[in-house]
Amino acid sequence: MRLAVASGKGGTGKSMVAANLAFTLSQAEQVTLIDCDVEEPDLHLFFPAPSTTTEVTVPVPVVDETACQHCGLCEEFCQYGAMTVLSSRVLFFPELCHSCGGCTLVCPNGAIHEDPKRIGTTTISTPLPNLKLISGMLDTGNPLAVPIIRTAKKLAASDPLVICDTAPGTSCPVVETLDGCDACILVTESTPFGMHDLQLAVDVAARLGVPAGIVINRSDGKDQATLEFCTDHDIEMMMTIPFDREIAAIQSRGDLLCRARPEWQKAFAALFVKCSTLAGMDR
Amino acid sequence: MIRLAVISGKGGTGKTMITAALAQLLPGSLVLADCDVDAANLELLLSPKLIRTEPFMGMKTAVIDPALCTQCGECMEHCRFGAIERDGDAYRVSLLRCEGCAVCTHVCPAAAVTMQPRQTGEIKYSDTERGHLVHARLVPGAGNSGLLVHAVKKTAIEQDRNSDLFLIDGPPGTGCPLISTISGVDMALIVTEPSVSGLHDLKRVVAVCRQFRPRILVAINRFDLEQSLTETIQIWCKEEKIPMIGKIPFDPVVIESVRKGVPVTRAGASPAAQAIQILAANLENELMHYGNRRG
Amino acid sequence: MKVCFTAKGATPDSPSEERFGRAPYFIILESETGSFEAIQNPYADGAGGVGPKAAQILIAHDVKALISGQVGGNAREVLAAAGIAMYTYRAGGSVKDASDQFTKNTLVRSE
Repeated sequence: MRLAVASGKGGTGKSMVAANLAFTLSQAEQVTLIDCDVEEPDLHLFFPAPSTTTEVTVPVPVVDETACQHCGLCEEFCQYGAMTVLSSRVLFFPELCHSCGGCTLVCPNGAIHEDPKRIGTTTISTPLPNLKLISGMLDTGNPLAVPIIRTAKKLAASDPLVICDTAPGTSCPVVETLDGCDACILVTESTPFGMHDLQLAVDVAARLGVPAGIVINRSDGKDQATLEFCTDHDIEMMMTIPFDREIAAIQSRGDLLCRARPEWQKAFAALFVKCSTLAGMDR
Repeated sequence: MIRLAVISGKGGTGKTMITAALAQLLPGSLVLADCDVDAANLELLLSPKLIRTEPFMGMKTAVIDPALCTQCGECMEHCRFGAIERDGDAYRVSLLRCEGCAVCTHVCPAAAVTMQPRQTGEIKYSDTERGHLVHARLVPGAGNSGLLVHAVKKTAIEQDRNSDLFLIDGPPGTGCPLISTISGVDMALIVTEPSVSGLHDLKRVVAVCRQFRPRILVAINRFDLEQSLTETIQIWCKEEKIPMIGKIPFDPVVIESVRKGVPVTRAGASPAAQAIQILAANLENELMHYGNRRG
Repeated sequence: MKVCFTAKGATPDSPSEERFGRAPYFIILESETGSFEAIQNPYADGAGGVGPKAAQILIAHDVKALISGQVGGNAREVLAAAGIAMYTYRAGGSVKDASDQFTKNTLVRSE
C-alpha cells in the first residue's frame, strides 16, 4: 500500500504525522518512509542513523564544437532558453534545462550528446529494524524537484508498505508524490489559512483520483468549520491531535510523539486502519 | 522602490501573518504581492477589494489531434515526463505532467501534435487599506508556479512602480517558486521557528538566497516554545553575520486574529503584536539604511 | 563603435535602467557619428532565460560595449564570449549622462 501525507498549507504537521505513523507501524511490520519534500527534507532529523547517499542526476546536453555548424536550431527549439548559439560557440545554461532531450533530437549534425548532471541526492537508512527511510534532497539553487521525487519513489517500488511525506503546496512536487498512491492523509489546522489551503489540496487529490481523509492537528477545539467542510465534501475526518505545548516541544527538539509518549501509538494505529479502508485495502 | 520578500524555508513559520502585520506598520506607500501561489493566504488578512482579474497562461502544453494521430507511439517513447498516456487506441497528453518541452511535436511523423496555450491560473489585482495587492490562484496540480510568481511580481512592479516599498509574501521551500520570488529582491526577511526542522530549513534557504544579492535578515516566531533552539539559531545567525531583527513569542491571539481575518496588530495589544512592532521598527531602520546606500 | 545603454525609454534623454535582461529599451549609440538607435526589448517581460536572449540582440547589432547597472550571470557569460566589454553605471541619471561618463572614461569596467 502506498500512502501519502500532504496538506496544502505548510507547517500543519505532515512530517509529524508521517513520522509517527511510520514509527508506530514499524513496531509490527516492514515500513518504508519516503521524504518527498526534497526542497526542505527533515524526516532524517527525527530518525538519525548511518546512511548511504547516492547522487541523482539528469541528462544535460554537451555540444561537440567540431561537429557543430552553429545553425542555431537547438536555440530555436529549446522552450526554456537554455542554449545560446554564437557564431563560434554554443553556451549552455544548466539551471534552465529541463532535460527533455529536444536539442539532441533537432541537431542536424549529431553534434549534441547528453551527460549526467547532479541535481541532488537520495539517502537510504534503516533507523529501526523494520523501518527504511528514503530521503530525497535537492541541491540548493536547483529549481527542479520532480526528478528527485521520482527517483526516491522508485527506490521503494517493490516495498509492501510505503508512506510518502509530501511538500507543502499543490503544484508539481505534490502531484508527483501523490500520483500512484492508494490514499492520502491531508493534515490541516482549524484556521482560515488551513481551511483555504485544504480545499486546494482536496482538489489536487481528487484530480489524481487518490481518496483522501483528514487529520486535524493542533486543535484548540474550534474545529466546526473543518468538520463542516468534511461533511460537505464527503471526506472522513480520521483523527484530531490537540494543540499541546508539550507535543510541540517534543517535535521541536526532534523527538517523536509516539516514541516519547508510547500511549499515542494506539491512535496512530487506528489512523492507519482508517487509511486502509480509504484505500480499499482493509486489513 | 525597495523590494522586500518575506520567506521561510520551512512552511508554517508565520510568514503570512507577519507580512500582513508589517503592511500595517511599515511607513510609506506600499504595493503588496502574495507569491505563495500554490496556497495564497495573504488576502485572508487584508480584506482586499478586487479590481480586476487576468487569466494566466503558463507554458504551452502539447495537444494530440486524434484525427491525425497514427498511434505509432513515438511521442510516448520520447516523452521524458511520462505525460503521454494510452487510453485504449488513443494517445493523450496528461495536462498535469506535460512540461511544455515540445519534443513530441518534433518526433511525431504525422504532425498530429501541436503546442497550445493553456490557462493555468489567474492573477488578481485588488485594493487594500495599505495599497494594491497582487495575488494569484494556480490551478491545483498545474506546473509552472515559478512562472506565475514572476507574473505576479511583474504586475505589481508595473502597476505600482512609484511605491516606496514592494512587500512580498513568499512561498515555502527552496525550489523554483522560491527562486522566482527572491530573484531581483533587495531584501529577504526569513521567518523561522525554534525546531530542528526550522533550523535545518533556515540554513538551506539562506544558501539559496546567497546565490542572489539580497540583504538577508532573520526573525524567529514562537521563540519561547523551545528556548535552547532559539539560542542555537541566534548563535548560527551571528556566526553567519545575518542580523536577527525580531523575536516573536507564541501567542494565542495570533490564531484568533487570523480567524477574525485581521493582522495581529489590529487585534488589540498582545505580546505578539508588541514583538512585531519591534520587528517593524528594526526593519524600518534597515530600509532607511538601504535607501541611503543606494541613493 | 557601437555602444549599448540599458534604458527606461526610447531616447538618450530617458532615464537609464539598471537591469540588463529586462530593460525596457536598449539604446545603441554610434560613438563616431553620435547617432543612436532605440530597440524595444521583447524579453522585458520574460520569466526566465532572458539574459542570453537580450545578449543576442546586442550581438546581432554588432555592439562592442554595454553600459548597464546589473548584468546577470548567464547574460554575462554570453557577452564575454562574444567579446562585448561591460561597464557599470548605477548613478540613476539619463542615458546621455551615462554616455558622457563613458566617453570621459570614468566608468568602471566589470568582469
